Amino acid sequence: MTPEAIKDLLAAKLAADVGWNDELAGDPFATVEADKWHEACRIAKDEPELFFDFLRAQTGTDYPDDGSIEVVVHLFSYKNRHSFVLKTRVDRKKPLVQSVQDLWPAANWYEREIFDLLGVEFSGHPDLRRLVLPEDWVGHPLRKDYKEQDSYQGISTLRPGYARVEAGGKKKKKKKKAKTAEPKPEEPKPEESKPEESKPEEPKPEEPKPEESKPEESKISKPSGDGEDEV
Amino acid sequence: MSEYRRDQPRDEIILNMGPHHPSTHGVLRFVLHTDGEIMNKAVPDVGYLHRGLEKIAEGKTYPHFMPYTDRINYLEAMFTNQAWAMAVERLMDLEVPRRAEFLRVITCELNRIANHCVTLGSISMDLGAYTPFVYLLREREIINDLFEELCGNRLTFNYMRIGGVSADAPEGWFDKILKFLDKFDKVTYELRSLISGNEILLNRMLDIAPTCAEDAVAYGLVGPNLRASGVDWDLRRDQPYSVYSEFKFDVPVGGKGERGTAGDCFYRWDVREEEMRQSSRIIRQAIEKIPEGEIVAKVPRKIKPPVGEVYSVVEGARGEIGVYLVSDGSDKPYRAKWRSSSFSALSMIEYISPGLMIADLVAVISTMDTIAPEMDR
Repeated sequence: MTPEAIKDLLAAKLAADVGWNDELAGDPFATVEADKWHEACRIAKDEPELFFDFLRAQTGTDYPDDGSIEVVVHLFSYKNRHSFVLKTRVDRKKPLVQSVQDLWPAANWYEREIFDLLGVEFSGHPDLRRLVLPEDWVGHPLRKDYKEQDSYQGISTLRPGYARVEAGGKKKKKKKKAKTAEPKPEEPKPEESKPEESKPEEPKPEEPKPEESKPEESKISKPSGDGEDEV
Repeated sequence: MSEYRRDQPRDEIILNMGPHHPSTHGVLRFVLHTDGEIMNKAVPDVGYLHRGLEKIAEGKTYPHFMPYTDRINYLEAMFTNQAWAMAVERLMDLEVPRRAEFLRVITCELNRIANHCVTLGSISMDLGAYTPFVYLLREREIINDLFEELCGNRLTFNYMRIGGVSADAPEGWFDKILKFLDKFDKVTYELRSLISGNEILLNRMLDIAPTCAEDAVAYGLVGPNLRASGVDWDLRRDQPYSVYSEFKFDVPVGGKGERGTAGDCFYRWDVREEEMRQSSRIIRQAIEKIPEGEIVAKVPRKIKPPVGEVYSVVEGARGEIGVYLVSDGSDKPYRAKWRSSSFSALSMIEYISPGLMIADLVAVISTMDTIAPEMDR
C-alpha cells in the first residue's frame, strides 16, 4: 500500500482527523492528536491490511517555537512490505503521551530513551527510568534550550580554559535577530556572562562582536538571492 | 541501585556483571538476579559510553558530522558512513556516480567480512576457545591494510562523502582484494571444519536461548539476529539501495539445519559465517563490473538540504542502520537519530534471560553481537 492509502485507511478506522504532509522533502508523514496516539498505533498494528509488526524506530524532536515536542514512530510491515511514519505532538511544558510499549515491546527502551533525552513521559510504561544518562542528571539534553549543569556530583563539567558551547539551534537565532535590529546584540551578553568562572568571560565579549558584525554584511545579500536553489 | 533490592525474593542473589568485564564487549553492565547458577532476570544497565552524538550532530554541518559517524560503531564504520551519506543524499535528491556506488559496495562488504571475523572470533573466545580469535583477526588485519591503502585509516575510515567517496582505488588494489578473497574463501571452510563443527563449541550454542520469529520481530531484532530466527529478510535484496540489485547472492536463514532450533546461539553464528562467503561473492561481482568514471557527484559547496525529513536505512553488518534526519533548511541538521541494532538486541535480553545459566548469558551477548558504543551513541 502507498503511504497515502495507509493514511486514508487509518483515518477511516480511527474516525478522527489524521493530518497529512507530503509537501516537504523526503518521506511523507501522518499526524494524530496526542489523545488518539495509542488507538492509532493499535490500529496500525492490528489491522490486517496494515499489520505493522516491526517498530523500526521511535524518537522525539523538540520544537520550542511551537511549544511542542514531536513523538515519531517509523513502522514497517514484514508481511505487507510497506512502511509508514506516524507522529503526534505533545505540549512542551507538560509532555505526556500514552505508551505503545504493550503493542511493540521494542518501544520499551525507545520510550525510556525519549524520556531520558527529551523529558516526554509515557503513561502506562512499566519501567520509565533514565536510560543512557545517570539517574541524578538534571535536564534533558536533546531539548533545544538545554543548558548543561555546571557540575555533576562535585565534578566540573567544563574543561579548564574552555567556554561552554551553546546548543546548535540557539546561535543561529541570535544572529538572525541581530541583522534586523541593532541594539539586540547587547542582550546576549548578560546571558553569556552567567557562568561563574572568570576566565571565559574575558574573551567572550570580544569574540561575539566580530562574529556578529560580519554575518550582518554577508547575510543581507543572502535572503534576496535564496542561495540554495541557484548553487 | 536500591530499587533492585526492594522486592527481592529471599533466596535471590544480586550479582554485578561489568561494567568492566571481558565478555560484555565494551563498557556495559548487567545486574543479575540469580538463584544459584540460574538467572531469574538479567537487567542491562547501559549508558557508560554515551557521548551525545545526536546532540553533537545538531551543532555540526552535514559534511562535518561524517567523521563522528565512524565513532558510532567502530567495527562497521563503512556502514555508518554510508547510512549518513545516503540520508543526506536522499534529502537533497542527489544522484551518486556509479563508480562511487560500486566502491561503496566493495568497501562495505569488506567491512562486513572484517566485522564478522571479530564477532565470530569473540564468540569463540567468550565460550572458551582463544585460538580462533587470533586466526580470524589475522584475516581482518589484511582487510585493515587494504582500507589503510585506500583511505589512510584502519578503523575509523571517514571514507564516504555526501555524493560519493573520498578516494578512488589505488593501482592494483582490486587485485589485492581478489588475492585476499581466494585465500579467505578457504579460511571460511576451515572455520566450518575446525571450529563451528567442534562438539564442545556446539554444545555451548545449540538450543541456547532461542528467539522465535514473532519475538524477534516484536523486539525489533534486525540483520543476522533476525535471519537466524527464521525471518527471510535482507534490505540488500528486499529493499535494494545503492547498486545491490545488480548482484547475485543468497541470504542465509537460520533453522534449516539438522541440529538446533531457529534463533538459538548456533544459528546466530551460522548465519554470520555464511554471510562472509556471500560478501565475498558480491565483492567479486562488483570488481568485475565496476565502471570507470567520477567518484563524487557535483555537490554544492555549502550543503543545505531542503526542509523535510527522511528515514534512511542500510543493511549493516549487524542489520538495519537507520538514520532519521530532520532538516530545517539550514546547513546543520535539526535532529539526527540513529537506529542501531545493538540497542534493540540488548533491550531483548531482560526478556529472554529468565531461566538461563549465567555462562549462557555470555553466549547470548556475544552471539547477539552487541557493541556498547553503538547502543549508547
